[in-house]
Amino acid sequence: MTFYDTILPYDWEQTRAMIAAKTPADVERALSTDRLTMDDFAALVSPAAEGYLSEMATRSYAITRRRFGNAIQLYLPLYLSNICQNQCVYCGFNCTNKIHRTILTPEQIHAEAQAIKQYPFQHILLVTGEAPHSSSLEYLAEAMRIMQQYFQQISLEVQPLDTDQYLYLKDFGLHAVYVYQETYNRLRYPRYHLRGRKTDYRYRLETPDRLCEAGVHKVGLGNLIGLEDWRTEAYFTALHLRYLENRYWRTKYSIAFPRLRPYEGEDGFNPDHPATERNLTQLICAYRLLSEDVELSLSTRESASYRDRILPFGITVISAGSKTTPGGYTAPSHELEQWEINDGRSAAQVEAAVRAKGFDPVWKDWSLFMQQEMIGSDAATSHL
Amino acid sequence: MKPLVIAGKTFNSRLFVGTGKFSSSEMMSRAIEASGCELVTVALKRVEMENPQDDILSHLKAPHINLLPNTSGVRNAKEAVFAAQLAREALGTNWLKLEIHPDPRYLMPDPIEVLKAAEELVKDGFIVMPYIHADPVLCKRLEEVGVACVMPLGAPIGSNKGLETKEFLRIIIEQSNVPVVVDAGIGTPSQAAAALEMGADAVLVNTAIAVASDPVAMGQAFRLAVEAGRMAYEAKLAPVGHEASATSPILPLLDDLLNH
Repeated sequence: MTFYDTILPYDWEQTRAMIAAKTPADVERALSTDRLTMDDFAALVSPAAEGYLSEMATRSYAITRRRFGNAIQLYLPLYLSNICQNQCVYCGFNCTNKIHRTILTPEQIHAEAQAIKQYPFQHILLVTGEAPHSSSLEYLAEAMRIMQQYFQQISLEVQPLDTDQYLYLKDFGLHAVYVYQETYNRLRYPRYHLRGRKTDYRYRLETPDRLCEAGVHKVGLGNLIGLEDWRTEAYFTALHLRYLENRYWRTKYSIAFPRLRPYEGEDGFNPDHPATERNLTQLICAYRLLSEDVELSLSTRESASYRDRILPFGITVISAGSKTTPGGYTAPSHELEQWEINDGRSAAQVEAAVRAKGFDPVWKDWSLFMQQEMIGSDAATSHL
Repeated sequence: MKPLVIAGKTFNSRLFVGTGKFSSSEMMSRAIEASGCELVTVALKRVEMENPQDDILSHLKAPHINLLPNTSGVRNAKEAVFAAQLAREALGTNWLKLEIHPDPRYLMPDPIEVLKAAEELVKDGFIVMPYIHADPVLCKRLEEVGVACVMPLGAPIGSNKGLETKEFLRIIIEQSNVPVVVDAGIGTPSQAAAALEMGADAVLVNTAIAVASDPVAMGQAFRLAVEAGRMAYEAKLAPVGHEASATSPILPLLDDLLNH
């Protein structure tokens, strides 16, 4: 039994209609309860809740402060490779895109890490495309071994792996893995994923199960907002979260909000179901009301102005000064970006903005030596 | 008021403060100062132990402030023991708040792993202060392995719900031969006062101070509440009773019964 068995009986269109039919009374009931049901969550992401945004945000603010205090964690993505065998219609790394493909050598990885360390970052997220022959398991292990010399928390956003592969990477300090389903709509999933291993909806969907079984500390969920109706996607993401929380009680969870924008040009991907910033606000608050403890993470895909404004209302983790190109911290280039960055501020500027809002930017909230699998290894003792 | 003694060390304040969740290290430092507290917990995962410029540590340099490293983040006894040993080496203290919560949602302490780790750490010379559920039997077991105090929770961490475990705290306080520090869940100064009135030896507060609109004033409010609660405890509260009073019609009947 995995989440696949849980989601299979659901019909997308029925779920969408159920959410659309929610009334203000449903929203008020959801706002008056401490422990939300999935029905309550559906009400909070429904059009009926749009009139209750200020109530939702007020509660979201209070819950977040109680649980996370005034701390906002900072992390940075490090793109190792843009080589990818998948053909995903929305992605800059799409294998049919005629861009220069590259994968960082160990020397380049060191150089990137050193460039990043001009700021006090301790949490690093390693990102690759899916290319088992270049960004292989051994390549990832080697990259993580290098990362241990610079960072205290090492996370991955790479191709889904098998349970034993995750177990193997734990020895190299693997702390968290982010694997976004993109869309939970099983019947429409093939429309966006035309070629490559990512065409396997089920293998991707079951990745969080495998991660939890491997005992990875934290698992990140999400969907690509804009592909399908964002309200329905949110319902299934929340269902996934609830399923995992009930089944794997030792794991920590995180949700991210990658949002596609309408595209002006001719060659770009234009989402059928774009969501506005106001929609995103509703979504963030709804997740916070659903779960007091889930990490809510917002990347530099969103604008500086929006990130600053939404910050107090549920977000607990942000990236700052990100580059989404391999080698981007040593040689910035827009040409190879996976997606467009809308908050181009430096880490120092973001840090200052966080402080200006009255929050404490937290660079370090983990120590490698606290991971059992690391005990006895050099990394655990040499970098307190 | 009697000072508090833990493992031979005397504390003039019965309020301990956690250092997380503040809006800045400066604010943390000022609130701790106002609280009068002499023992502060520091999460090992948050600090760079070997770095003298570490932001949190450098804000906790006042001579009357003692550091109590905590193991928050570890999931079992093995990880806790390892973290404790590193902390002792790097921070130069053998005091340790032992926290093992494998459940990242409610941060519930794991009693089995805590007992295992406590036994090992005590043997290794640590002054162990374990964070636990309000479980009277576990408290006695921990006392047997030599912990310096017990730190039962009043309510889930960060919940601000107060002394939800009151009935069990009462038993723990009654039975304990080591100091009882009520940790977690205390959301208001009145709840802290209530814990001290009941006979708790100290309380540990974090969220309620850190997240208050004015953490400095709230730190001071907790200081006063803890002092008031302790003072009331030492002054022996007047008995609570409404069964009998001078005008009660039962008195002549009692008199008739007993003095007949």
